[in-house]
Amino acid sequence: MHVAGHDEKHQEAVRDVRDLVDESITIIREVVAEFENPAMLFSGGKDSVVMLHLAALAFKPARVPFPVVHIDTGHNFREVIEFRDRTVEEMGVRLVVGEVEDSIRRGTAVEQTGVGSSRNPLQTITLLECIAEHRFDALFGGARRDEERARAKERVYSLRDTFGQWDPKNQRPELWGVYNGKHRTGEHFRIFPLSNWTELDIWNFIHQRNIELPSIYYAHEREVFKRLGVWMAVSEHLAPEPEEEVEVRTVRFRTVGDATCTAAVESVAYSIEDVLNETAAARITERGATRVDDKISEAGMEDRKRRGYF
Amino acid sequence: MKTLRFATVGSVDDGKSTLIGRLLHDSKSIFEDQLEHVAGVSRKRGDDYVDLSLLTDGLRAEREQGITIDVAWRYFATPKRSFIVADCPGHVQYTRNMITGSSNVDLAIVLVDARAGVMEQTRRHALLASLLGVPHLVICVNKMDLVGYDEDRFMAVRAEFEEFAEKIRFKDVTFIPISALVGDNVVERGENMPWYTGHSLLGHLENVYTASDGNLVDARLPVQYVIRPQRHGMEDYRGYAGRVAGGVLRVGDRVVVLPSGFETEITRIETAEGEVESAKNGRAVCVQLADDISISRGDMICRPENRPRQTQELDAMVAWMSGEVSLEPGRIYGIKHTTRAARARVDSLRYRLDVTTLKRTECTSLTANDIGRVHIHTTEPLFVDAYERNRSTGSFILIDEASGATVGAGMIRDSRA
Repeated sequence: MHVAGHDEKHQEAVRDVRDLVDESITIIREVVAEFENPAMLFSGGKDSVVMLHLAALAFKPARVPFPVVHIDTGHNFREVIEFRDRTVEEMGVRLVVGEVEDSIRRGTAVEQTGVGSSRNPLQTITLLECIAEHRFDALFGGARRDEERARAKERVYSLRDTFGQWDPKNQRPELWGVYNGKHRTGEHFRIFPLSNWTELDIWNFIHQRNIELPSIYYAHEREVFKRLGVWMAVSEHLAPEPEEEVEVRTVRFRTVGDATCTAAVESVAYSIEDVLNETAAARITERGATRVDDKISEAGMEDRKRRGYF
Repeated sequence: MKTLRFATVGSVDDGKSTLIGRLLHDSKSIFEDQLEHVAGVSRKRGDDYVDLSLLTDGLRAEREQGITIDVAWRYFATPKRSFIVADCPGHVQYTRNMITGSSNVDLAIVLVDARAGVMEQTRRHALLASLLGVPHLVICVNKMDLVGYDEDRFMAVRAEFEEFAEKIRFKDVTFIPISALVGDNVVERGENMPWYTGHSLLGHLENVYTASDGNLVDARLPVQYVIRPQRHGMEDYRGYAGRVAGGVLRVGDRVVVLPSGFETEITRIETAEGEVESAKNGRAVCVQLADDISISRGDMICRPENRPRQTQELDAMVAWMSGEVSLEPGRIYGIKHTTRAARARVDSLRYRLDVTTLKRTECTSLTANDIGRVHIHTTEPLFVDAYERNRSTGSFILIDEASGATVGAGMIRDSRA
């Protein structure tokens, strides 16, 4: 076996993320110092796992001084929900779950029907209801600017009006790392401590610290079918149409979201190091490869963000 | 090597978006689906070639109107270095955009059209970069393909810029002749300009040395947050968390805490990587001290023989960012300086600086995109250094108290000068 090539590839994948870590920790501490009622979005996905680890580092040896929030569509992968519950237990943080199901029951959200329907857009409604109910004035999110074009333009402190809306034309300048969290009653901030991280940086941090993630991030065999050019997993939440052929493939997930709109990629990356090397060599963006929700329109993310999405 | 944060400034006509697209494309930092998307849009519009500028235009309004609204951040890496790019539009709201994008960058790239030479906006951008204390400047003389790759033309543009640059301070200026459209000297040197012997732009970005740019002399730790674990056995633990804002902190250092003036010693420093012996400017730390003294957020930890100025009077250059409210003498704003918040009254407005000619004119207010010299009185003492010496402890923001918006960016002058 030729090992040198593998080592070279690994060398190219390795990044020094210390500056990013310091920047993120500084942001998290600043928010806790200045806001009355912050919380952190936590889905069990890799970005939110990294963010929660950074929060733990920021306040060590004290506990993370805020709760975590999960907006649950009810259509999540079983492995991820198990992981979520175990992680918050281990880290000693309080978990607040906002159920999309509850919003549907209340009639504030209306379930879509038909092929390709998803509860993904309904999350915004549940999220805003959850923020109002708990009076959160700052909500940490794991979004990164390298993910998507609209996100590339969003500030670290993203002001949301009383409707939760983002106004890209009216963002506060952010200068010298001096953040301004002033807001009026009813307004809140979304805070993005991972703004400057790339997908590869995230995997470097996970690799360096040997952080546990939900198992579906690593290669495994799974029943999948092709839809809109990507591999969708067969699950209790998503069944193939009659003409869609089910196959067993070795896949993994690059992002973890609602099972109805998150696709798998074919991969033989079984370990953190394998994924790190695969990510360094990837030729397709993370969301491009896996997110059906972004394919809706040219401005899919921008429009959703304007309405209060993550 | 340390990640390089750089800003690109210029208007659509300078080929700035094309340059960034070219950098991303030729350094293989563009993903297939992104390129496919851009190629598709170009085809739909009937362009002759793939318009790489489309890679950087993010929002619907921008695509529809072909403009860039605000600063966009891009990320790419080569085997040598990672890069964070702040893409600042240069035409509208240029001061606001450029300051937003460049307040903390290591390097700024200013584009000049080889045919037009140094224009009013070139001077404006270079001046802003100088005012912001950006350590490295690169002047890219672009569109060399349209002047026949003529060395004399390049040298003439360079001379023109140098004549103007004598009036402003720059430690490090580099000139590179490029064609963003064709790709000459962007990533590869190319064969069209054998007379140019320097690095390509990417080569320069990969090699520019930034490790000594920040202040490594004056130890400063603005206390951001006090860590007091509510856990059994840790009742006496006090950790003072913050980001080192200058110099180096070492275990065993004698330190003084401002404003109380109590002196003590650093007994332990923790970073994300664990316990360390020393931590330099930029590191997020949690320090423990030998004595149990009262310290809260907004206090400053420094060396007894090297203290920032403790003052309620600031002499500063202020860049005004708001189109809704103006800066006027007598008005009161919120001020945030490091981790300290207070209120500030503008006592006097001495002049407005014309960022194209450097001329000072008397004025009674500052409006959007103006820069002026002001005297400010604060309700509480701040611990400041001159901006020129320290970009963290020398800067502040002004906040409109009614809307909460950030309206001004301030850079403190050395009052002794």
